[in-house]
Amino acid sequence: MNISNLINNYEEAVAMLLFVIGFSNLLLQPNLIKKIIGMNIMDTAVYLFLALKGYIEGHKAPIVVDGVQSVDAYVNPIPSGLVLTGIVVSVSVSALMLSLTIRLYRRYHTLNLDEISTQLKKEGL
Amino acid sequence: MELVQNFPFLTIILALFSGPLCSILKSKAAKWVNTIVIALILVMSVAVLIFTIQTGEAYVYQMGHFSAPWGNEIRVGILEAFMAVFFCVVMLLCMLGGRRELAEEVEETKQNLYYVMVGLLLSSPLALIYTNDLFTAYVFVEINTISACGLIMIRQNGRAIEAATRYMIMSLLGSGLLLMGICYLYDLTGHLLMSNIKEQVALLQQSGEYHIPLLIAITLMSVGLAIKSALFPFHSWVPDAYGYSTLSSAAILSSLVSKGYIFLVIKIFYRVIGFDVIRESKVINVLFVFGVLGMIFGSVNAIRENNIRRMIAWSSVAQIGYIYMGFGLGTTAGMIASLFHILSHAATKSMLFISASGLTDVSNHDTDFFGLTGSGYRNKIAGVAFTAGSLSMVGIPLFSGFISKVLFASAAYDTSGKLIPAMIALALSTLLNAIYFMKTVIRIYTPSHRAGIETDTRTIAIREQPQKTVVLVLFIALNLVLGLGSQPIVNLLTKGLEMFG
Repeated sequence: MNISNLINNYEEAVAMLLFVIGFSNLLLQPNLIKKIIGMNIMDTAVYLFLALKGYIEGHKAPIVVDGVQSVDAYVNPIPSGLVLTGIVVSVSVSALMLSLTIRLYRRYHTLNLDEISTQLKKEGL
Repeated sequence: MELVQNFPFLTIILALFSGPLCSILKSKAAKWVNTIVIALILVMSVAVLIFTIQTGEAYVYQMGHFSAPWGNEIRVGILEAFMAVFFCVVMLLCMLGGRRELAEEVEETKQNLYYVMVGLLLSSPLALIYTNDLFTAYVFVEINTISACGLIMIRQNGRAIEAATRYMIMSLLGSGLLLMGICYLYDLTGHLLMSNIKEQVALLQQSGEYHIPLLIAITLMSVGLAIKSALFPFHSWVPDAYGYSTLSSAAILSSLVSKGYIFLVIKIFYRVIGFDVIRESKVINVLFVFGVLGMIFGSVNAIRENNIRRMIAWSSVAQIGYIYMGFGLGTTAGMIASLFHILSHAATKSMLFISASGLTDVSNHDTDFFGLTGSGYRNKIAGVAFTAGSLSMVGIPLFSGFISKVLFASAAYDTSGKLIPAMIALALSTLLNAIYFMKTVIRIYTPSHRAGIETDTRTIAIREQPQKTVVLVLFIALNLVLGLGSQPIVNLLTKGLEMFG
């Protein structure tokens, strides 16, 4: 384990850092909007990681131009495909979370999940 | 290629498309479409099961025109087909059993939306069972999460929405970790198809390279799926989500949703990483510890709970602990025991939820423990079914719970260091189970006038609720089949697991 590996692969390190930031926000923030932002940061970090894995220095986007079909001309297209799928998933999950947040806000006039729980206990439902 | 071999793919597509179809139908039509689709999927799955038993080997079904390392594929063997059949049976019974509650608790105009969610939800365990592609599995894990959230929040009260939000947050944490693990593994091996990943992992293991990243990938995926299936320290959402959602939702969530994730864990252990590598990685020891803690902790909380539905939910936490403890034993026998417990728990827990709601119906809808006094006399079939379910959970012979406990115990016997903790946990957990289940059974069969408690005097006769009676009788029968005919089922599971990797 030496530090130069970390410096050479600083992009991956940044992706991991972002993942941890997003994860801890989603877990620890009491505010629902901040939780959703954390979730998006976490997902984006994964996409950054995936995109890095597919990138090959000096190669271009995998769209055939001028009939060049050589493998050496393009980057790996699969991670990009995975990122696209992942984006679709995270958009739909964000939409669902936001709609839940709106529901809760209209009912309890707060975005703080802990406060909502206390109010629910008072209601005794 | 025979026609039957297309059925696994068709069942997934059928379940997926029944959802959008239900969204444009009236509630009543949607209800029938949903029931017919589930029944049709059940028939098709039975055909697949018979086919795989006859041929005696697993087959690969190629999706699209790209072959193995690039394309997407489905892989079907005995274990997969058997699980699909079982999940369909439980799903059908849960839907039929909770119909009246659904009509009462959900607005008329929104009931068809419930069936959209059920269609989507059914497609995801099927896809998780059949798929041979890790990223497809991730996508269906998310579909499962979203539709399960819909099932919880369809009952529009504050409690249900809050429970759905908490469920979503925990699930998203889990799926984030799972996705990261899959990306790690893709980075290490360059493949997404499970069988190809396994070859590469074996090569990595031989050369001893990338030992730590591989360990991290395994850990991320295991922890992610453990969070999603509510293993002990991550169970905080369970009591609310099962306790305040509508009846069918609670039954389906406890018996199918978490089991789909657990099946994916088994798949990752056997088909993606390889069980030998998993055993060496020591991840299973961590699962063992948390499984054992969950068994005890879930039962202790169930004893302290006064609300009957939340009590059953806490018992689910304990039962999930059993399943992970079986994984943690690290032997094939332990895995078989876990698989059997998946079946046993799915059949028993949904029966308990449905019969408990029958009991609260004759107690002014009071879910409180004392309000249930004597309810076993007022709603006879619900009382009988609840007693049968309790006996099964405690592990009385004749019922399925007994067999899974025997299997766990004999599997623990073959391990070196885990025998004593596993035996102590099993004994303690059985004792605790007996305390809270028998306490409830005694309570529902205590005549209220003798206990001096004012309760509802309404009774529901068997002929007033023919549908629920049939469902509960079928559930009891399913339990007895699992309990009495366990040997052929265990043989089937063993054979299925052999061809699974």
